[in-house]
Amino acid sequence: MSFRTPLSTARGLGSAKHGVGHWISERVAAVALVPLVVWGAYSVILLARMDYYEAVEWIRSPVNATLMVLTLGISFMHMQSGLRVVIEDYVYSHLNKAACLLANLFVCGLAGALAIMSILKVALGGA
Amino acid sequence: MSPHLQVWRWHVTMLTSILHRVTGVGLYLGGLIAAAWAVSLAAGPEAYETFKAVLGSPLGKFVMFGMTLSVFYHLGNGIRHLVWDFGYGLDIKSANSSAWAVFGFTVAATLATWAIAFQIGAL
Repeated sequence: MSFRTPLSTARGLGSAKHGVGHWISERVAAVALVPLVVWGAYSVILLARMDYYEAVEWIRSPVNATLMVLTLGISFMHMQSGLRVVIEDYVYSHLNKAACLLANLFVCGLAGALAIMSILKVALGGA
Repeated sequence: MSPHLQVWRWHVTMLTSILHRVTGVGLYLGGLIAAAWAVSLAAGPEAYETFKAVLGSPLGKFVMFGMTLSVFYHLGNGIRHLVWDFGYGLDIKSANSSAWAVFGFTVAATLATWAIAFQIGAL
């Protein structure tokens, strides 16, 4: 038996009013990825037949380095927001959900930062 | 599980919806492979040759073929979703035919990509 009024149990529940921002940013990344992924698939084929030195030469072109950084960076943003929705749909307990969401964010952040730093290192001539 | 998955008659728009998630999660691995590529490039010639040997092995090629299918499916179906977001093509007939169009695009784009890769000697 609870002495709380129906209004007090209902307060604070419901939307956090941040859903639209997530929804729109997910689509903005998706639109950007349409041309980037086509370029990325083409680049994978080109890179597959190059050896290390040709690949380094290729990534030193500012256009290739820029597009590669954008493709990787926006892909990791999109991966994070996409898997976040999957986790929110299938993981029910609060603690497990929080752990999965954090792991998703950290994996995407770490892999994205490592990938971009690696591209920049080679492109800027440190390799 | 939302309403009684087992009592629904299987239809193509269910399959496209599920495959969008499955390929999305699969491409998560693809993103990590791309990051590993960048890291191995920065690590130097030996690491890069090791990375290339792993991806060039039969298992590596099998995984990359799956990634090619996944990336073109997710791309095609993603565009289908973006069109829906503008309010077009939401009726059952259009949704069914766009589903088949996405399957056609996936197969055609995957075969074309591997044919070009073979032609230029990338395999």
